[in-house]
Amino acid sequence: MRPVGEAFRKGRKALVAYLTVGYPDPEATLALVPALAEAGCDLVELGIPFSDPLADGTTIQRASYEALLRGITPRRCLEIAAEVSPRAGVPLLFMGYYNPIMHYGPAAFCADAAAAGIGGLIVPDLPPEEGEALQTAAAARGISLVYLLSPTSPPERIATVAGQASGFIYLVSLTGVTGARAELSEGLEDFVARVRAVASQPLCVGFGVSTPAQAARVAAVADGVIVGSRLLQVIEEAATQGRDPVGVAAAFIRGLREAMDSVPVPE
Amino acid sequence: MRSVSGSILSALPDQRGHFGPYGGKFVPETLMPALAELEAAYTDAQGDAAFQRELGALLADYAGRPTALYYASRLSERMGGAQIYLKREDLAHTGAHKINNALGQGLLAARMGKRRIIAETGAGQHGVATATVCAKLGLDCVVDMGEEDIRRQSLNVFRMKLLGAEVRPVTSGSRTLKDAINEAIRDWVTNVGDTHYLIGSVVGPHPYPLIVRDFQSVIGREAREQMLRMIGRLPDYVVACVGGGSNSIGIFYPFLEDQSVHLVGVEAGGRGVATGAHAATLVAGTPGVLHGASMYLLQDEHGQVRETHSISAGLDYPGVGPEHSYLKDIGRAEYVAVDDEQAMAGFRLLCETEGIIPALESAHAVYQGAQMAAALPKDKLVVINVSGRGDKDMGTVAEVLGVTL
Ligand SMILES: Cc1ncc(COP(=O)(O)O)c(C=O)c1O
Repeated sequence: MRPVGEAFRKGRKALVAYLTVGYPDPEATLALVPALAEAGCDLVELGIPFSDPLADGTTIQRASYEALLRGITPRRCLEIAAEVSPRAGVPLLFMGYYNPIMHYGPAAFCADAAAAGIGGLIVPDLPPEEGEALQTAAAARGISLVYLLSPTSPPERIATVAGQASGFIYLVSLTGVTGARAELSEGLEDFVARVRAVASQPLCVGFGVSTPAQAARVAAVADGVIVGSRLLQVIEEAATQGRDPVGVAAAFIRGLREAMDSVPVPE
Repeated sequence: MRSVSGSILSALPDQRGHFGPYGGKFVPETLMPALAELEAAYTDAQGDAAFQRELGALLADYAGRPTALYYASRLSERMGGAQIYLKREDLAHTGAHKINNALGQGLLAARMGKRRIIAETGAGQHGVATATVCAKLGLDCVVDMGEEDIRRQSLNVFRMKLLGAEVRPVTSGSRTLKDAINEAIRDWVTNVGDTHYLIGSVVGPHPYPLIVRDFQSVIGREAREQMLRMIGRLPDYVVACVGGGSNSIGIFYPFLEDQSVHLVGVEAGGRGVATGAHAATLVAGTPGVLHGASMYLLQDEHGQVRETHSISAGLDYPGVGPEHSYLKDIGRAEYVAVDDEQAMAGFRLLCETEGIIPALESAHAVYQGAQMAAALPKDKLVVINVSGRGDKDMGTVAEVLGVTL
């Protein structure tokens, strides 16, 4: 297992890609992960599909729904992770809602995730207040439990999350659900600075990031850029046009990487 | 054990919003500050005599409370056993208990300066109640409703629109109540600054199960007082249908410490619990997390939420309130399932014996209460909560009976 911390290196901003496991099919996930790493990703989030993804916009909702129709269960996600992690070349995380994890059993899930090469977990409906069981189980297996902060988080909550998050802190760029956006929020830089003042963990910004220009803007202030819905759209468009989704997705990632690398980084 | 748990039961939830292992706040971070704000505003309003006076006046003069507690003499005679009393929430303004909660939360939203209301609805009763309160208080109202429910409750959709609400069809998942709640939560996450999510049952993250229970408890407070005044004693059984669980917790809660009163929650058995096509969450579910709270849940072996079925849109929900989940575990309340056919039988029974057309949701409780009464001696007292009236269900009932309207 590669620890999440490996993704954050001096002189380079981390590019984090989100994929729904089994979308458009399991073979695609197996091919996409190493290809995205090769194209410049430093970390890949593997989304475990859930029937009720209430923090997600239409793109990830649809991908999750289709993956579920293809029989992608948490157990299948673990199998796919185990198969792809030796070839990934970068750390892998699971992103998934709490109910399937709770149903699996937090301790059993973390044991199996670690064995499958998963270095971290992001659970969007599990704030630190309810996270004790999973946090204990994750820590026992050396897995980072990544917590989220939002522009609405007041100073006390920023301090709470900074005290408990491991791996990195996921900054939700806007008040809203996941989904590609034409514009990032105006207060983004300010939000990152507010968290930076109290947190020592790397800070990654996600939700809405869609274009190289947006990735560059985020990279100028944060330690990492997370791209999800737009990547799934690129994959979906390629598939419907009969083009190779893996090649198209890799090209999209290279575009983001270049834009991020053009931002001067203090050594 | 009973008396120990009983003496603290009505003090739940705890500080963190937990009823034993249930409840809590399983929501995206963006909503955590909004829940804290809501909790603070609610605590403040509870201690404010002016707020309580305003709500009390609206409940009385606008919603028509107290609702009657009515002795169902012909139904009691027909069943031949215990004496049956009906708590007439069907007589409340807009035709169901949902108005109690909508008024309370509407006032709370106005107090918080939130001028936009988002709500979900299944049967449309909560949507109508919310649209009504928004019209009355001058708030903007958006109601998310599953496409399938829009079809079977078209009359209520029309009512909501007349009341000035925007009704948004939800096309994801099973296109019923559960998906409407997902959509409402997504809207709330996006517009949390100016929007209050007016949830319609005792589900969702803390403090919602507490707030909705408190606003609905007026049902049980009245019923308890009415029984004492009319008969001079408490009932032996209180029976209510359970969708998310608001009308049932509303009538149960004031009786929680009265150990002699049996509390019976009636879930939707759909085509039969054995068929899997039902919404009997407490009868057949297992603990899980949905819509921001830990509760009993109908889910598959992988932790995916299952699709449900009930003849009544208002009971067609795979989760159930955390407080009910706890009452089941400790044995303070009992939960049973009544299937579609039995509910139809309860529906017709009440129409024919008492001249009261109940909502199909309430018909589940009518059937169960009537069956229990039949098996009890004549000196026992059964209160059935008639949570709403059946006008909205004429289309569904006609369809079942093979009648074209
Ligand atoms: C008349 C009526 N009864 C009962 C219910 C079920 O909800 P709850 O269990 O929250 O009372 C509904 C919901 O729409 C309803 O309209």
